[in-house]
Amino acid sequence: MRLNCPICGERDRREFYYKGDAVELDRPDPNAGSEAWDDYLHNRDNPAGETRDLWHHESGCGAWLVVTRNTLTHEVLRCELAGANTQ
Amino acid sequence: MRIAGKGLNPNAKPLTFTFDGRTYTGLEGDTLASALLANGVRLVGRSFKYHRPRGILTAGSEEPNALVTTGEGPAQDPNQRATTLELYDGLVARSQNAWPSLKYDAMAINDIASPFLSAGFYYKTFMWPQSFWEKLYEPIIRRAAGLGALSGQANEDLYEKVFAHCDVLVIGAGPSGIMAALTAARAGADVILADESSEYGGRLLSETFDVGGQPGANWVADQIAELAAMDNVRLMSRTTVTGAYDQGTFGALEQLNARGGPKECFWRIVCKHSVLCAGALERPIAFPNNDRPGIMMASAVRSYLNRCGVAPGRTVSVFCNNDDAHRTAVDLIDAGVDVAAVIDSRTDAPTMGQYRLIKGGRVIGTKGRHRVTHVSVSTAEGIEHISTDCLAMSGGWNPTVHLTCHMNGRPDWNDAVLSFVPGENAVPNMSVAGSAAGHMSTLACLTSGAEIGADVARGLCLSPKVVVPTAEDAPYRIEALWQVEGKGRKWLDFQNDVHVKDVQLAAQENFRSVEHMKRYTTQGMATDQGKNSNVQALAVLADATGRGIPDTGTTTFRPPYVPVSIGAMGAGGQGKGFAPERLTTSHQASVDRGAPMIEAGLWYRPSYFPKPTETTWLDSCNREVGYVRNAVGVCDVSTLGKIDIQGPDAAAFLDFVYCNTFSTLKENRVRYGLMLREDGHVMDDGTTARIGPNHYVMTTTTAAAGQVMTHLEWVAQALRPDLNVRFASVTEHWAQFAIAGSKARELLNTMLDDPIDDDQWPFMSCGVVSLGGVSARLFRISFSGEHAYELAVPARFGASLFRQLVAQAEGMGGGAYGMEALNVLRIEKGFITHAEIHGRITAFDLGLDRLVSQKKDCIGNAASRREGLLAPQREQLVGLKPVDKAGKMTAGAHLFGNGADAVSANDQGYVTSVCFSPTLGHSIGMGFLIDGPNRIGERIQLVDHMRDVQTLCEVCSPVFFDPDGGRARG
Repeated sequence: MRLNCPICGERDRREFYYKGDAVELDRPDPNAGSEAWDDYLHNRDNPAGETRDLWHHESGCGAWLVVTRNTLTHEVLRCELAGANTQ
Repeated sequence: MRIAGKGLNPNAKPLTFTFDGRTYTGLEGDTLASALLANGVRLVGRSFKYHRPRGILTAGSEEPNALVTTGEGPAQDPNQRATTLELYDGLVARSQNAWPSLKYDAMAINDIASPFLSAGFYYKTFMWPQSFWEKLYEPIIRRAAGLGALSGQANEDLYEKVFAHCDVLVIGAGPSGIMAALTAARAGADVILADESSEYGGRLLSETFDVGGQPGANWVADQIAELAAMDNVRLMSRTTVTGAYDQGTFGALEQLNARGGPKECFWRIVCKHSVLCAGALERPIAFPNNDRPGIMMASAVRSYLNRCGVAPGRTVSVFCNNDDAHRTAVDLIDAGVDVAAVIDSRTDAPTMGQYRLIKGGRVIGTKGRHRVTHVSVSTAEGIEHISTDCLAMSGGWNPTVHLTCHMNGRPDWNDAVLSFVPGENAVPNMSVAGSAAGHMSTLACLTSGAEIGADVARGLCLSPKVVVPTAEDAPYRIEALWQVEGKGRKWLDFQNDVHVKDVQLAAQENFRSVEHMKRYTTQGMATDQGKNSNVQALAVLADATGRGIPDTGTTTFRPPYVPVSIGAMGAGGQGKGFAPERLTTSHQASVDRGAPMIEAGLWYRPSYFPKPTETTWLDSCNREVGYVRNAVGVCDVSTLGKIDIQGPDAAAFLDFVYCNTFSTLKENRVRYGLMLREDGHVMDDGTTARIGPNHYVMTTTTAAAGQVMTHLEWVAQALRPDLNVRFASVTEHWAQFAIAGSKARELLNTMLDDPIDDDQWPFMSCGVVSLGGVSARLFRISFSGEHAYELAVPARFGASLFRQLVAQAEGMGGGAYGMEALNVLRIEKGFITHAEIHGRITAFDLGLDRLVSQKKDCIGNAASRREGLLAPQREQLVGLKPVDKAGKMTAGAHLFGNGADAVSANDQGYVTSVCFSPTLGHSIGMGFLIDGPNRIGERIQLVDHMRDVQTLCEVCSPVFFDPDGGRARG
């Protein structure tokens, strides 16, 4: 698998570290309450289809990326800088 | 038997090799199989289960029988196919799965007992008592059955791995592959053409066809010469494409022929388009005793004859259901070899040459112990026994669809070729050409290769031209013939000893799904993965279950297409390649002093520095602790992570990643920081120094340096892109040494250009100092509880500084100390490491909850306030000491109430760190105990079930020494 790092270009997946679902970008307000924090920390969807994941280009430029891919076809649809996705 | 004038290399040099201890001569260009056949060796192996005598069946990588072991000692390499193993001078090969010898194999008794060893025999027989399976049954079965064995020693052969990229990967260099590669490459595409053989050309090397008006092999040589001259083409022989993966990625195994260098190379090839030209594999016919040595595939007989100049028999018969196999007889007769008969199951079989043709005939039995001597043929007139020493069989051809199934694609049944052909778009951007797609004549292969090569080139916006040479275009005439009636076992899977009745029994016992049948009978397993038996087995299963073959379907073809050694896939990942060494600047000095080095992640650190008079590590450790407590010790602490943080928002950033506050830290001051994970548990701790208005240096633990750096990147980029801050790891840039003990400042002042004093350099201060003109950073921090400093210099000065510091310390009654002493010093002071912050620990558990500032948001703040994380039933940090001073303590032990049973229901906590404190004269420990801080003075049992330790301990403060910290400040 290769990911198209917006800074470095297409690179082998061995250069990247996988973190998890991109919901981690939507950090709740500190006082959002335990339910919101529980969701943020622990609850994840497991979609058959399009999913957004966080990857770190740790053996490359160090950029954190949001990778949109399809879990059914393994297609990588988009690869964006995580900073651009922060709410 | 060599046939003079036949073979592609008339000037081949002779080579000497041995097989099972006997010396033979072969020729350059031979495989081990062709060389053995040339020497009249027919019996080459014993079968997996029944130990039946077996000979060479094929001339390719699909070979199920002729598996041999080469190499000695650690280089022993089992299960190599004699049919692909290129002969070299001095090759030593041994047969497998036979004892005491290949000819007289004791385990052949299994063959006589075979009526009891039907499919599922082991499952049905060795069911009880259950405990016997692991200790008795399985070892016996494993010894009796099997293929070659590994040496048990670490393999020392070299392997390589390489990445390659191209526009077009053409898999297979037969007629269609060559045309696809030529057409795409002439148009300008960047092409890789890979073929598993040592020579390009595929079947054209094994047949007597003309292409473009010249012999096929000559045509191949011309095209390959053209391709080799192009800069945009990479030719890869001896390279089997083993798997198709996402995004046009392919695995490929290259056998490297040069002895002395790497043995194999595993390629990862990334392409925009792939063209599968893998050809087709001929399949056997299931007739009684069809597995005797001398019974071979008809196409293999032609390969050995036409390519190697070897006739596998003196009087050859052919048994087939299609026109193609007749050419075997024609070629043999042209070469002067006798053909006893061509037995064709079709009543309307055509005659293609001067040989005896038996139409509508079937081979219903064979004779011959170690090689075939007779075949029994059933015809309309009755049964005839034909004397023959080689039977060439052909049940038709199976397109090699394997790679098209590696990404969940399913092949389609095709009635015209009576086999499976690749499904549509089975692998993204892969096209299939030639006989792999079911095109069975040479012209059809050339044409489909050229057309697909052109399609692919057009897809790359190039302008290809399609030029196809003339070639034979005979129709592929075949009738269905999967098994022949008659008594005796009709073998399907030669490698796993599966015969027709086994498959029928599976169906009868309701293992009707093809996947269940496979696992019940072992059909299609092991090194050949049923390449030449799967389709017949499906046909038999379809018949037994009353379904058609298309409804029966196939098992799943998975990578790799041929066996790939783990050594090749893991090339570069052995030893230091798996775990590279990180060495500190003081490494050589430590080794020179005889220090045993211990691993800390990838780092190597000195455990202790032994003196000649000391007999145990503890003697050395106790002495080194004494240096620090009584004089001065020096320790390399460069392995701690160092992160340089700068920017106008550096302070705000630190406030957000640490649970305590750093924006209030004054310049030239250092503060302890605790870093949480977002779930409220402790990630790491360390000190951070403010060395300028917007400039900080953070230290992390050695263990978590990488994790913290990744975390900071995450927070800065993803959560707080609003903050203007930049940081970089400078761990390797600075060599840093702890100088600890009451004489620490005295030592420093012997070396610093300007002496320091307590007023300018109080506890937790930092700044720039000068050492012989070299600018250095000095931090007055302590991990030992003593008056101590850490001195950091650019790494190039580290080696000399360490030697000087140690020399000065030794002159003052101190010296170097290692990890063991460092650990004792920190446990005496109750300082935590990753033994304590092991991932399930909160700031509250450590008694550090007051550090979690409630004035600001930070990572982990919200979650650290969760219900249950602050309750007294949490296990919290305490110190432990034995009631009897001689009492033994162990890390990993659990804690139980005094008098309570030491069972998990009564578990009160556990011990994380333990040492013998020379300062206090007894063992001390740290651990986590339910409501620990409120139980100081209580007596509790320490129980280590693993090491059989039981010690009554007293709960105490984790700070055993100098609890008010006066020594560090003084």
